[in-house]
Amino acid sequence: MTSTIDGSEIGARLRAGDLGAAPLALNVLESSAPADRERSAALQRALSPAALGHEADGHLIGITGPPGAGKSSLLSELVAAWRRRERTVAVLAVDPSSKRTGGALLGDRARISFDPRDEGVLIRSTAAAGRLGGLAPATREAALALAAAFDVVVVETVGVGQSETDVAELADTVAVVVQPGSGDTLQFLKSGIMEVPDVLVVTKADLGDIALRARRDLSAALRSIGGRRTRVLAVSALPPASGIDELVEALDEHRARVDLPARRLRSRRAAALAEFGAEHGERGLRALGGARAAQRLLDAADPGADAPTLVRLLERQAAIA
Amino acid sequence: MSHRLPDRDEPWIMRTYAGHSTAAKSNELYRSNLSKGQTGLSIAFDLPTQTGYDPDDELAHGEVGKVGVPVAHRGDMIALLDGIPLDRMNTSMTINATAAWLLALYVVAAEEQGVPQEALSGTTQNDIIKEFLARGTYAFPPEPSMRLIADMIAYAVEHVPKWNPVNICSYHLQEAGATPVQEIAYAMSNAIAVLDAARRRVPAELVPAVFGRISFFVNAGVRFIEEHAKLRAMSILWEELGRERYGVEDPKALRFRYGVQVNSLGLTESQPENNVQRIVLEALAVTLGRDARARALQLPAWNEALGLPRPWDQQWSLRIQQVLAYETDLLEYPDVFEGSKVMDGLVAELLDGARAEMAAVAEHGGAVAGVDYMKAALVDSHRERLRRIESGEQVVVGLNRFAESEPSPLLEGPGGGILTVDPRVEVEQRAAIERWRAERDSAAAEAALAELARVARAPEENIMPATIAAARAGVTTGEWSRALRAAFGEFRAPTGVGEAAAALAGNDELAALRDEVERVSEALGRRVKILVGKPGLDGHSNGAEQIAVRARDAGMDVVYEGIRLTPAQIAASALQEGVHVVGLSILSGSHRELIPAVMAELARRDVDVPVVVGGIIPDADVELLRAAGVAAVYTPKDFDLTRIMRDVVALVAQWHGAGTPA
Repeated sequence: MTSTIDGSEIGARLRAGDLGAAPLALNVLESSAPADRERSAALQRALSPAALGHEADGHLIGITGPPGAGKSSLLSELVAAWRRRERTVAVLAVDPSSKRTGGALLGDRARISFDPRDEGVLIRSTAAAGRLGGLAPATREAALALAAAFDVVVVETVGVGQSETDVAELADTVAVVVQPGSGDTLQFLKSGIMEVPDVLVVTKADLGDIALRARRDLSAALRSIGGRRTRVLAVSALPPASGIDELVEALDEHRARVDLPARRLRSRRAAALAEFGAEHGERGLRALGGARAAQRLLDAADPGADAPTLVRLLERQAAIA
Repeated sequence: MSHRLPDRDEPWIMRTYAGHSTAAKSNELYRSNLSKGQTGLSIAFDLPTQTGYDPDDELAHGEVGKVGVPVAHRGDMIALLDGIPLDRMNTSMTINATAAWLLALYVVAAEEQGVPQEALSGTTQNDIIKEFLARGTYAFPPEPSMRLIADMIAYAVEHVPKWNPVNICSYHLQEAGATPVQEIAYAMSNAIAVLDAARRRVPAELVPAVFGRISFFVNAGVRFIEEHAKLRAMSILWEELGRERYGVEDPKALRFRYGVQVNSLGLTESQPENNVQRIVLEALAVTLGRDARARALQLPAWNEALGLPRPWDQQWSLRIQQVLAYETDLLEYPDVFEGSKVMDGLVAELLDGARAEMAAVAEHGGAVAGVDYMKAALVDSHRERLRRIESGEQVVVGLNRFAESEPSPLLEGPGGGILTVDPRVEVEQRAAIERWRAERDSAAAEAALAELARVARAPEENIMPATIAAARAGVTTGEWSRALRAAFGEFRAPTGVGEAAAALAGNDELAALRDEVERVSEALGRRVKILVGKPGLDGHSNGAEQIAVRARDAGMDVVYEGIRLTPAQIAASALQEGVHVVGLSILSGSHRELIPAVMAELARRDVDVPVVVGGIIPDADVELLRAAGVAAVYTPKDFDLTRIMRDVVALVAQWHGAGTPA
């Protein structure tokens, strides 16, 4: 726990595909201890596109949706499906009930079943960033770092609205999970509260007609707001599970056509802004001339830079030592 | 009406919840108990049997023959009941997820004795909702579980007419912290769910018979006046329910019939001899008033908070029943509370509360859909109970008041006053089941399993005939369950802790603890993170849940995954989650095997964190656990959870070099 392996070495181990280094990497990335912040920066530097020579290969997938939609059961089936394809999987499960101001009960990993001897699966529960479903800076950094080691990195969040926006900023592919009969999602989509997801998953397909109708309604809603490319899939996580392979393919398909460097660039810049905001708050942003000015600064920065480098850039600009 | 009965009443059925090690050893114990005047059997199965695993399954490790008898196939059931005439015996089986299977084995064992199933009397507990809520020995998801129950009811009403296929069990709700109002309301809501499911599977004219075959299994705590009122309230609600919801008119079918095991939650580890008077008073709660008297009674032993009771301890409890029934004048009078203002007032109060709470469950969609709601309510009630004990508002003699004591001669001698199960039992049972599989007609077993799998996937068919055929064909408990798990899927019940409310503010000790958690978290760079784990098959999660909730209230990040984890799963979680400390809870007596196994798995993964253990751990085993590397051991006498948390935080600080409190 009080390991002193330096950050660049942890990064090198992850880059070499040593999944055993992942828990330690997460401990370092989550830590606010001064010594760990330096290790964290070195770790992220070692995994930056500049250091790798390309974007990290892992597929960053955001899975989000309202409570009770069946995300965890679905995830359980998805993890098994990816493992059957011999892909390694990391899941960052963001707990909605917790705030960074106090303790939290992190129970989500219980619902994802996997063989504990299988080192190709990692599940880490993390706390949300003080607001419902929002992502903590460490979660963004962790997802980007793990993408250099795992074939698939899932960030699972709860809720519709903020969490969906945060995940969209971070992930290569966003899947929104809803259960049949959840009219909210339909309303959120139509009213623009919710961004158009890359894949929309209707769970509980075993419910039959209700699920079919939900799928039809959502497809129609998506068409009406220009989300023609969004695949809408019906799945059932109950035995016999159905639709899981189709979902894996739909996620792959989206990843194949996405402009990865553009998405990742946006992701790193959003991570930097979130970290800067968490560290320096409103006062820090004012020193930069506001959030839009901060965004312009980031947009002008080196596209290969990792998040901590971008944070330092903002700090220099704001004249914060 | 005279104040005397013309004839003294017959006593209730007297049972002792018993079983351990092997079928042959338990058979010996049953015969000896019956010769001492016990009038019914109460079979305690071990956890692998209750959750559907064979003795050689990885999850069974450490649990075989511990809290009950292992019954893995027809041969075990025949040996268990050898020489006990089943046409004259009234047998209670505490079995739930695998109830259909154990009833099938019982029917087949009776056949072997030449007794037809029509002649069998007794009950299978078969109450799955309370397993989700409190006891944890579920195996399948809620819906198929309810189908199995409905199938058993439909089968029993027709073919095993003297059998009570279900007893709605509020016992474990009280053990999980339920107030009397909650115990009544959740038991009744649960009964409604069962009856509604059964109603769909039997012809309308059989519904009154089904209603009449539902019995209850309740708890009785030491507040024995109120507890008696609870039973009177339950019989009023039950009759009402029968008339209004199910159209039952036969007064016999409308009678509220119940068996009892009195409270174990209130039994103490410190000064355990005081438990004897608690047990006596609790027995009065369910026998005192004739209008709501138990049909069957079993009493725990004085030393249950210390470990497994020995035959002598159980004999003592049986003798309590016999003194009550045969020496006192209890059975000579009509109802002694008739016309009592106090009793009527208490009953009215409980009825009001229970009706309101039943309405709340109904609003959550009934007992099956409302499991999450009820679970969270129970976790809250239990926390309130612990808070009252910690603060001294609720007196527990010998624990939080009058704690000074002379050394107890009852705890002297080798073994420290409890029963220990020989670890060779598990080894022998593993070998025995392999022999059984090798020697049976494997083609017949395969065919029976294939048919079972087919019926499981055909929800309109009844599971019982295929289950009885499988029992005859020599199928094992693990095989039966695996076939159903494949058809129904696996399930993890809600833990209830996520929804539990935050602790009340204004508690100075907790506030000081929070400050210390903040300080240590700051020094570590990450919030103190604890894994609370329950290794093995023990589903009694109340203790672990309370620890998890208190750790959260103290400001820690808590990873709690619920029950039934293998040592490898716990170690993998500790590694992946990057926790600073691991807390393990075991009540089933399997700590000697499972705790060292967890330590080994942690070491294999280079996870260097302190491990603390809580549960029913006999003094003699504490050293053994410490030698295996455990940093601290807590038992029921450590009732102050905030103090435990303070220890844990200090341990984390010391282990990870975060200094000492300022």
